[in-house]
This record gives sequence, C-alpha cells and structure tokens, in this order.
Amino acid sequence: MSVPAAAVTPSVTVDDRDRVVPPRPRDLTVPLVAAGVGAAVVAALVGLVVGPVDLPVGATVGALLDRLPWTTVEHGLGASSLTILFEIRWPRVLLGLAVGALLSGSGAAYQGVFRNPLADPYLLGVAAGAGLGATLAIVTGTATLAGGFALPAAAFAGAIAAVVVTAGLSLRRGRPAGPAALILAGVAVAALLAAVQTYLLQRHADSLRAVYGWLLGRLSTVGWAEVRLVLPVLVVSAVVLVLASGAIDVLAVGDEEATTLGIRPGVTRALVLTVASLATATAVAVSGLIGFVGLIVPHGVRLLAGTRNRRVIPLSMLFGAAFLALADVAARTVQAPAELPIGVITAFVGAPAFLLILRSQQGRA
Amino acid sequence: MRHARRRLVVAAATIASISLLTAGCADETATESASSTPAPVETPAPEPESDPAPEAKPDDGFPLVDYEVYGRTLTLESRPERIVSLSPSSTEGLFAIGAGPQVVAVDEYSDFPAEAPTTDLSGFTPNVEAIVAYDPDLVVVSYDPGDLVASLEATGVPVLILDAAVDVDGALAQLGVLGTVTGNTDTATDVIRTLEDRIDAAVAAVPQLAETPTYFHLVDTTLFTVTSDTFIGSVYGLFGLENVADPADPDGEAFGYPQLSAEFLVDADPDLVFLAGTDPDTFAGLPGLGGLRAVGDGNVFPLPPDVPSRWGPRIVEFVEAVGAAVTELAGAEADAA
Repeated sequence: MSVPAAAVTPSVTVDDRDRVVPPRPRDLTVPLVAAGVGAAVVAALVGLVVGPVDLPVGATVGALLDRLPWTTVEHGLGASSLTILFEIRWPRVLLGLAVGALLSGSGAAYQGVFRNPLADPYLLGVAAGAGLGATLAIVTGTATLAGGFALPAAAFAGAIAAVVVTAGLSLRRGRPAGPAALILAGVAVAALLAAVQTYLLQRHADSLRAVYGWLLGRLSTVGWAEVRLVLPVLVVSAVVLVLASGAIDVLAVGDEEATTLGIRPGVTRALVLTVASLATATAVAVSGLIGFVGLIVPHGVRLLAGTRNRRVIPLSMLFGAAFLALADVAARTVQAPAELPIGVITAFVGAPAFLLILRSQQGRA
Repeated sequence: MRHARRRLVVAAATIASISLLTAGCADETATESASSTPAPVETPAPEPESDPAPEAKPDDGFPLVDYEVYGRTLTLESRPERIVSLSPSSTEGLFAIGAGPQVVAVDEYSDFPAEAPTTDLSGFTPNVEAIVAYDPDLVVVSYDPGDLVASLEATGVPVLILDAAVDVDGALAQLGVLGTVTGNTDTATDVIRTLEDRIDAAVAAVPQLAETPTYFHLVDTTLFTVTSDTFIGSVYGLFGLENVADPADPDGEAFGYPQLSAEFLVDADPDLVFLAGTDPDTFAGLPGLGGLRAVGDGNVFPLPPDVPSRWGPRIVEFVEAVGAAVTELAGAEADAA
C-alpha cells in the first residue's frame, strides 16, 4: 500500500537545520548573563518574601542580612517566622532554582544534541522510569523508609534504568544507530513503563493520591536534605554542559566536518546525554515530574539570544532557575494557604507560552 | 444541609415501611425471578462471636420491595444470603450488625474484621464477571465506578450504594440501612444505640477548656489534610475543635481535602496534631515542623490505621482517640495553671 508522501510529512520539522546557523549573530553575552543572574536573584528574593504567611518585607530582608557573616541586623522576627524563612522558604527557593536550572539546561542540551526543537528532558524515558520507580516505592510502602529518601532513590534508579535501556535498545550491532533510533527507543520504553505504572496504580488504588501528588511535582515539603542532594549534581552538570555547549554547536555542521574540527561526535553526544539524563533524574527524584520547563525556557532563550548552544545552554539554566522559583511562588500563593501542584502551574503557563514561541518562530522563518 | 440529608433518610425509611405494607401484591413477580436464582453453592459456617442475631424468620421484612435508599430504590425478593461487599466500611458494618454469615466475598481492601472473606475483588476497577462468579444476591458498593451498578443489575443482582458518609450520624444511619436490607434490623438498632452511647460518653468525658483547642489532621507527609467540612472533620466537630486547615478550602473546591502550606501550619501552630498517615517522629522530622508547639508538648497523636478513612462502626474508636487526646491536653493545661 502506497502512502502519499505529503501524508507522512510531519507538521513540525524534526531536523530543523535553519536554526543551526545563528540568524542574528549578537555579542551581548555579558549583558545576557547578567540579565539571567539578575532574574534568578530577583526570583529568589520574591520567593523568600512572598508566601501564604505574611512576613513583613523589611524584617525579612533584615533577617536575611543578619545571616550574612560579619553583619548583625535587628529584624524583630519571631521564632516561627524564622522557621518559616530559613527551614521552609529558603530550601524551597533554592530547590526551585536548582531544579529549574537542571531541567532547562538538560532540555537545551537534548535539543542541541538531537537538533530537534521538541526534545525535552523526559525524551529518553526519564519521566516514565522515575514515575514507575516512585510508584513502586509508594505502592510497596517502602517510600517512607530511610527517612523518606527511599522515594527519591527509587525515582532516580528508575530514571537511570530507563535511559540505560533506551540507549541499549538504540544500538545496532553494538554501535549507536543515530539520534532517530535513540528517540524512538525512548518513546517505546516510556510507553512500556507507563503501562506498567498504570497497571500498578489500578492494583493499588489506595495509593492513587500519593502517586499523582508526586507525578504533578512537589516542592511543597522539601527541606535542606533535598538541597544537599541536588547541589553537587547541579555543579557538575552545569560545568559539563556549559563546557560542552561549544562542541554541540560544532556538531551541527555534521559529524564528518566536526571530526575534522577536532570534535569526537560520538563521545560528545554520549557525554552530554549522560550528564543531562543524570541532571534530569536528580531533579525528578526530589521534585517529581514538572513538565514544560525544559521545553519552553530554552525556546524563550533562543528568541532572546539566538540559537547558538554556547549561549542557549548557560542562559537556559539561569532563566530556568528564575522561572521555576517564580512558578513555585505561584504554587503556594494562588490558593493559599492550600498548595497547588507546581506541575499544574508550569503547564498552565508553559503550554500557551510554547504556542506563542512556535508561532513567532514560524513568522520569522 | 447535613440535617436535611438526615431528614431525607428518615423520610426514605418511612416511605419504605409504608411500601412494605403494600408489598403483598408484588409477590408474583418476586417468585418468578427468584426461581431462576441457583441455590447457594456453599454457606460459610456462622462465626460464634459475630452472630448474636436471632434466626431470621422467613417473613421479617422480605420480600423488600422498592425500598428507597439514598435516592435509589432496591428490591430484594428474600433475605440476602450471598452478599458481596466492595466497600471496606460496609464490610465492617455488615459484620458489626450480625450479617457476617451472609457475606460470601469482600474486596481486597476489606481487611477488618479478621473473619471477613477477603478476596482479590476490586472496588475501584471492578470486574463484573468476577463478582457474578460469587453468585451474589446483594452487592454493596461505596460508589459506582464505570457503570458497575447498571451491569450488575442487568444480570439481576441488586446493588446497594452506601456512599461515603458526611458525618457521624450519617455513618450510623448506614448501619440501619444495612440492618434493613440484610434482615438484621433488631441487631442493627442495638449496635447503633451502643455506638451512640459510647460516642456520647466520650464527648461528655472531655473537660471544658478555657479556649477552643485548634487541631491539624495529617493525611500524608506531603501535608494533605481535611477541613471541618468532611466526615473526618465532623468527628473533631463533636468536640468543638477548630481546624487550622479550614481557610485552605473555604468553598469546598478541593472536596475538603486540601494540601496545606508548611509555612501556614507553622504559623497556625495548632494545639493538637492527629496523624492518619505516619508516626510522630516522621512528622517532627518534616522541614520546619519540629518546632511546633504540639511537637514540643507531646500533643501529636497517631490514630489507629484505616479507622479515620472508614465510616463504619469503628468510628467510635476514632471518636474515643480524639476524646482522649483532648482530655490529655486539658490535663496538661490544668497542671500548668
């Protein structure tokens, strides 16, 4: 049976070569980075000052300054206000920044390596693997073991296992069969794992709320322990992804040309994908599945700074951090004193924003 | 609104008793379909403990025709002897009112009492064939997932829906309904009276406090909780306690089960904390919650597992646990004074 060629042409170009050559070369790197850092700092301050409990702004800033070395500031905040500020808001803000940076940086890296604008951090099965791991931990009742850290551990293990299986399936005679094979293997693995997860949920209906609460993303009850888990991964993945971002740009000219330019395409791709997957798995383990961040932030950054990965990856981490910290402020204030799942906020903001970005890119092409 | 609902139940019961008087003329159709029901394959031996009910006389309320219950009508040709319960709360109720020997199968989560015939039947994703295989003459469910009721009734199996009760009175009223449909009316009435007496005694035993105590009821460690406008909240309402989570779901959009912000809980600093999903150590270890007054004063009380989430006869244990906690709080206040 023959199918008309037009019928199988995807509506979105998978190999978007137009973006490979920067359309508007600009050299505003320093102002852009400054803007990114500024956005993250502002988001952090907003996150510290705004919440369901009204803390006086002046006293809150005073209490923060008081914690700086060699400064003493009379702030007049009571014990419970200090607990709210330093045991609840601070770790939550830091984790929002870190998870936003990890997801956005990974998303930008995946998009760069696969040269696919629709690639997101969950492309290779991370989300489905983490979801299954977390579901298993919850339905077997082991989620609360090890002071509650069995849950992130299970999610992390599931995420890594899913990526490893995806990578293994995409091999042909022991060698990588190319980005398309990897993406398709990821889709298949994700579908299989999602089916297993759905089955488990059906068998353990009493765990539904706990599992869905996790799936929709949770920064609501995180503390310093989660921050300590995430920070080392954030540092490592930021360093690797930023250093590799130039090489990802070179890959765009094609593997043969890249090789002549001194880049080893296979090694570069494997390194970037490994680190991005590790970063995503870590983010998911502590915060659940927060969607759209890894997709819209890099695309927004490209509008601002062009398409070169040398800029897109570091700027995505900075603006992603700011975006998620602000999304978390919305999560805890929109229905205060009730929490809204942060995944609902990011999808609610993210889906229309993504459409706008797509439309503006089409307009330019 | 709750009172209105209770009145509705009373009205329904009245109508049902009137319809019983006129039920004689429905006998012909009754025997017709009853003859097509196969004889019970096996009848479990009555548990000596759980069956204080007198032998059911053939005419004690059966056939039950067009019994109006919670907006539906139920017709039972004869006293049900092969009941399948897909609701853990109703399972507990059936056994409490002496209908245990009439129960042939209960769902996977019906783990109380121990003698309940737990099977792998699911109340959430029910399989009609698996249920019909038990040859039931009455199926009790807590809600109707995916046309289950229509499918069962199409095969001639009557279904009783006992939705989650909205308050303590509603839970007790359901025991009365179970008594009527299983032919254990007298035992059910006695059980309800005993439970009411115990609940009244628990409430009366609590000393008066100078100020209304505030409380937080934890459903799980992500701080999901309940408002006063829930079945669980109604139990605390018996003692006049004030729920700190009420502002989190003022209009019931979260169906009374909001997720509370940790910082709001720290700020509210309730007198009492009740744990349905975890232990006091885990609770105290949650970020920022170790400094709560209730933690420092030892006023964090774990509740018996599963009891708060079921609206069965064990509700009295929940009521007594809350009463004991309030009494302890009052005692500590008296010592401090």
